[in-house]
Amino acid sequence: MIQKKSKRTPERPRARRARPLPAKRKGRLIMPSLVLDFVPLWTLILGIGVCFYVILDGFDLGVGILFGLQPDTASRNLVMNSIAPIWDSNETWLVLGGHALLAAFPLAFAIIIPAVYFPILVMLLALIFRGVSFEFRYRDSARKTFWDHGFSWGSTVATFAQGVVLGAFIQGFQVDGRHFAGTSWDFITPFALVTGLALVFGYGLLGAGWLVLKTEGDLQARARRHGRWCFLGVFAAIGIVSVWTPLMNAGIATRWFSWPNMLLLAPVPVLTALLGWLEWRSLNNSSDATPFIAAIGLFLISYLGIGISLWPMIVPHVYTLWDAASAPSTQAFLAVGTLFLLPVILMYSAWSYWVFRGKVKSDIGYH
Amino acid sequence: MDLDPLLLSRLQFVWVIGWHILLPAFTVGLASYIALLEGLHFFIGREIYFRISGFWIKIFSVAFGMGVVSGIVMPFQFGTNWSRYSDATANVLSPLFAYEGLTAFFLEAAFLGVLLFGRNLVPRWAHFVAALMVAFGTLLSSFWILSANSWMQTPAGYALVDGRFYPNDWFAIVFNPSFPYRLGHTVVGFYVTTAFVVVGVAAWLIRRGRSVAEGSRRLSMTLWLLTVLVPLQILLGDEHGLNTLEHQPTKLAAIEAHWDTGRRVPLVLFALPDEQNEANRYAVQVPWLGSLILTHDLNGEIRGLKEWQRDQRPPVAIPFFAFRVMVGIGLLMLGMVVASWWLRWKGRLYDSVWYLRSCQLVAPLGFVAVLAGWTTTEVGRQPWTVYGLLRTADSV
Repeated sequence: MIQKKSKRTPERPRARRARPLPAKRKGRLIMPSLVLDFVPLWTLILGIGVCFYVILDGFDLGVGILFGLQPDTASRNLVMNSIAPIWDSNETWLVLGGHALLAAFPLAFAIIIPAVYFPILVMLLALIFRGVSFEFRYRDSARKTFWDHGFSWGSTVATFAQGVVLGAFIQGFQVDGRHFAGTSWDFITPFALVTGLALVFGYGLLGAGWLVLKTEGDLQARARRHGRWCFLGVFAAIGIVSVWTPLMNAGIATRWFSWPNMLLLAPVPVLTALLGWLEWRSLNNSSDATPFIAAIGLFLISYLGIGISLWPMIVPHVYTLWDAASAPSTQAFLAVGTLFLLPVILMYSAWSYWVFRGKVKSDIGYH
Repeated sequence: MDLDPLLLSRLQFVWVIGWHILLPAFTVGLASYIALLEGLHFFIGREIYFRISGFWIKIFSVAFGMGVVSGIVMPFQFGTNWSRYSDATANVLSPLFAYEGLTAFFLEAAFLGVLLFGRNLVPRWAHFVAALMVAFGTLLSSFWILSANSWMQTPAGYALVDGRFYPNDWFAIVFNPSFPYRLGHTVVGFYVTTAFVVVGVAAWLIRRGRSVAEGSRRLSMTLWLLTVLVPLQILLGDEHGLNTLEHQPTKLAAIEAHWDTGRRVPLVLFALPDEQNEANRYAVQVPWLGSLILTHDLNGEIRGLKEWQRDQRPPVAIPFFAFRVMVGIGLLMLGMVVASWWLRWKGRLYDSVWYLRSCQLVAPLGFVAVLAGWTTTEVGRQPWTVYGLLRTADSV
């Protein structure tokens, strides 16, 4: 049998072989003995990737959620047209996030993804259903109502499932060595259901912001009204999660409420309140762009809050980013290309947004 | 057979990738075809290419959207069902997947919006560039994903430490021994598949008397393309076969249902491979031809399946029949191309009813050939996920 074993042994990977569950590490970082450590860079890239996904697909899933609340075909067509040219590339960030996690932190991938098998499965099925509805709605006018429902329910279910994944992630998983050791149903907890619901409101708020930006007249007024309801949901959710998380985990409580962290981190709640005020005010006056921008700001600050709570863990409470990292050569090989490609991707993605700038017209459908 | 997690995971993977591969098989070819039409329209300025392109862009958008959403499932399956495989191979394979996303998916997705909706919003050259970028993106995607697949078939440039793979030489990993052949054979296969769909639709339009001018232009142009592509594909397939003989002899032996090692082996045209008794039943074979085709030498040696223990062999019947389906369709397609030359010479290409009807019937066969070829190469790799190194049973 072919047994091609290369003769040269690779540089010995850092101490992250299968080992018993690490004891409490108190956030102490095991710094690798390498000249160039790619882990911070990859943390940043993964962070940016997930961030772009959440905001970009967030608003177009949110538009999908609000699509179901539109009373007539004309507004539904406009709502659809507002995201038709861009939803594809927005969803691509999800692929990047999945791949970057697998490539840079494979141990985290191999533990987290099996742990949230069912919500991921539901999310993927909902995204497929949503994508197919999107295309067939234009083609199959005889069953348009069916595809309309498919689009809005697909968007809602996919969002809820993502929120559940987030909640399960913050709570952490049962791990044994290099494997997930819990059951497929561990993700069903009150906390995860709350985060699921929270994300539906959150994406709804982003979607409403996008629609306020892209539409006019009655449709815009309706988007503002939907936005206000979503905002109330979001703000309640931020409050609940901010109280619940430190109650659930003593480490997180210490991080936020010990001195001098409390002072250093004080800008986070202050900024959240400020952004909330800005969002509410702009949803009630005639500003076109502010609701969307402030909603993005709220997402960024919540994201930062979760990051502060969990840092430097990638499998919460068990493995740090450094524990879960792939071989240095793997991270280096991919980093070289990514550093070059990400700016290029951002540039041409920005260009395609620029092409479709301005208020959405009813006649831009497929020519 | 028990419905254990391994079997269920394999069935799920087959089901998902089986549907998924049909979409790229069509969109990779169609993207290039659309770029060609947009280019002809841009440089020659004939309105007819513009109309043909518009027709296919609509179909492309549906196929592409479904390709994207079914493709998103793929990476997550590695985590949900194949987590041990992911943990073992991630250092080597994951950058290839990630590069596919970075170079291909974003390029396709971003420029697709402009291609579909931007004709009146951007200058004409920019629209042509968008078409080119979408086509280029689909080819880059094929490049990376087939590199990853080929590495699983013919691993190179790695070190195996404690059951996990570590990269040594990225060039050797990306350009592993079977990659160039697999890339060529697969992409040309996608082109041929798409071209026969275009030919079938053109024949249908001509027979219905709808848009006859466009139908005829499509039929003629695409048959010229096929005149190059089909023989090229057969040549590439032959080269791919030589490569398989060198690097994956068990797969080749299974494809040809050869049990005993020997020289001057016959070519088995048809048989019922009997794995229990390690022999073929009802074999129809041509003497010597096996060695000649497989090694390009009458005295070439082919190693038979009995050289390997039973637990090292792939199942025989599936690759054996799948391969014959693929080659059969390939020969049928060659026949269609040769017939088109004769009809062209007679000046009857557009009004020969039997030929147009045959074109319609052959139209979907490319997809069958793609699935058959994929089955041959993937089942032929068993019982391994990484050939000779990581067993499928240890990957779940």
